Amino acid sequence: MNGHDLFAGIDLWQNGCLFALLIASVLFLLGLRGLSHSETARRGLNLAALGMLLAVVGTLLNKRIVTYEWIVGGLVVGTVIGVPMGRWVPMARMPERIALSHAFGGLAVALVGVAEYFNHRLELSPFDVWAIGFEVLLGNITFTGSLMAFGKLMGILPGRPQTFPGQNAVNLVLLAVALALLVILGARPDQQVLFQTILADGLLLGVLLVVRIGGADMPVVICLLNSYAGLAAAATGFALNVPVLIVCGALDGGSGLILALRMSKAMNRSFRNVVFGAFGARVQGQPTDKDSGMIREGTPEDAAELLKLADSVIVVPGYGMAVAQAQHAVRDLAELLEKTGAVVRYAIHPVAGRMPGHMNVLLAEANVPYDQLYELDLINDDFQRTDVTIVVGANDVVNPAAKDTPGSPIYGMPILNVDQSRAVIVLKRSMNPGFAGVENELFVRPNTMMVFGDARKTLAQIAAALKNET
Amino acid sequence: MECQNFLILLYIFALAAFAGYHVISKVPQLLHTPLMAFTNAISGISLVASLIIAGEGRNTASSILGAVAVAAASINVVGGFLITDRMLRMFKKKEKTEA
Repeated sequence: MNGHDLFAGIDLWQNGCLFALLIASVLFLLGLRGLSHSETARRGLNLAALGMLLAVVGTLLNKRIVTYEWIVGGLVVGTVIGVPMGRWVPMARMPERIALSHAFGGLAVALVGVAEYFNHRLELSPFDVWAIGFEVLLGNITFTGSLMAFGKLMGILPGRPQTFPGQNAVNLVLLAVALALLVILGARPDQQVLFQTILADGLLLGVLLVVRIGGADMPVVICLLNSYAGLAAAATGFALNVPVLIVCGALDGGSGLILALRMSKAMNRSFRNVVFGAFGARVQGQPTDKDSGMIREGTPEDAAELLKLADSVIVVPGYGMAVAQAQHAVRDLAELLEKTGAVVRYAIHPVAGRMPGHMNVLLAEANVPYDQLYELDLINDDFQRTDVTIVVGANDVVNPAAKDTPGSPIYGMPILNVDQSRAVIVLKRSMNPGFAGVENELFVRPNTMMVFGDARKTLAQIAAALKNET
Repeated sequence: MECQNFLILLYIFALAAFAGYHVISKVPQLLHTPLMAFTNAISGISLVASLIIAGEGRNTASSILGAVAVAAASINVVGGFLITDRMLRMFKKKEKTEA
C-alpha cells in the first residue's frame, strides 16, 4: 500500500471504520430502491441518511485524521449554508438549486484532487495520476458548467444559446489536449505545469460546454452535469482507494446518464447528441406560417363559459406555470371544476419545465394528489375524448408541428395530443414563440382559444367567473 | 496504486453501475426531481475524502483546500437530504372520500 492510500496501515480499528463505509454503500443502494414508489420513498431517504451518518462517523474515527479544527470549521460553514438551501429554497427554484449543488459537488471533488496531487506528486503511480487527473478534470467541468447553468436559469446570464463558429472543434481540441496531457502526466507526475494546464482546461471546457445551451435544453444539461459530478466522485474513489466513493459516484453518474437519455429520447435527440452535448444551437424560428391562421383570443370569462359545460378537463402545465408561480391557482381552479362534477387530470410531458419531474414537484407543492398526474403515454389517447384542455405556459411539448411538419426543428418529438381535444384553452403571456423558436400551429387552430396575460391572474379570473355563474 | 488494485476498484465500479442502473430505471417520472436531489445528497459522500484531507494535518495549504471541500460537500449532504425530504413529504395521494 502506498502512503497516500486513504486507509494505509489497516488494523482492527481501521477495519471497523472501513466496515461502516461498506454498510453505508449498501444503505445508499437500498435507499435508492425506495424511490421506485412514492410510498416507500421517504423510508429510502432515511436509510440513505443513516448511511451518510455511518460513513462520516466511520471516517472521523479513522486514525489518519489527527486534527479536527479545519474539519469543524468546514462542517459549520457547510451546515450554515446547507440548511437554508434545503429548507427554504422554493420548489419553483429547484432547477437553480440543483445546478448550484452540482457546482459544489464538482468543487469539493476538484479541491480534494488538487490537494492529493500536490501532497503526493513525487510518489504517485500512473494509475493514481490518471485517477486524480480525471477527478480534477471532471470536477472542474462540473464546477464551471453548473455555475453557467445556474446563471442561465437565474437569468443572470443570457438564456439564449451563445454560439460562435468552430465551437465544436474548439471543445473537442480542449478535451483532446486535456486527455493527452493526462497521459503524459502519468509518465511524469512531477510536472506541475501539466497538472495546472489540465485544471485550467477543465474550467474553460465547463464554460464552453454550457454557454451554447438554450433554455429548453436545460433538462438534458442538468442531467449530464449530474452525471459528470457522479463520475468525478467515482474518480476520487479510485484516486484515494475508497470504494464507497466509487459506489456513490457510479450511482450518481448512472442516474444522471439515465435521466439525460430519457430526456433526449423525449425530445427525439440521439444518444450521440447527448454525449457530446451538441445541442442548443438549433435552427432559429421559421417565420413561414406566422400568419397562416387567425388567433381566436378570449377573455377569462369566455374560458369560464367553456369550462362550465365541460365534463372532462386535462391540464397541461409547462415552464410558464413555474415562471408565473401558477401551480396553486391551477389547483384552485381544478378543485372548483371537480365540485361541479368534472373529471380533472394533469398531463405531464417528460421535458416540461427545466428539469426532469419539475412539473410534478410544483403540482405536489400545491397539494395536487399525484394520482391525478399522468405521463405522456398514459393519457395521450384520452385527449380526443376530452372536452377542454387547459395549456398553462407549455409550448413546444404541445406543438403539432412535431407530428406533421417534417422541416420543423422539433419534428419527431413525441408531443401531447392536445389539438385532438374538443376545445383547447391556452394561457400564455404573449405571442412569443417557445424556446425552440418555432411557431406553434396549435394557437391558430379553430378549436383553440388564447387567453393572454399572467397565468396566475388569468386562472384566478376564470375561477372567479365560474363562481359567479354558480 | 497497483494495476491489480485498480482492477478491483474497477470491479466495484462496474457492479455498482449495474446495480444502480436497475434500481434507477425503476424510479417513476413522478419522482425524477426528488431522484436528482437524492443522488445529489449521496454524491456529497465526497465529504469522506474531504474530511481526510482537512484532518490529516499535512500542511496548511492542504488543510485549507480540505476545509473548503468539506464545506462544499457538506452543503450538498445537509441541503440535499433536507430538500429531498421536503419534496417527498409533498407527494400525497388523494384522500378518497367516495369509493
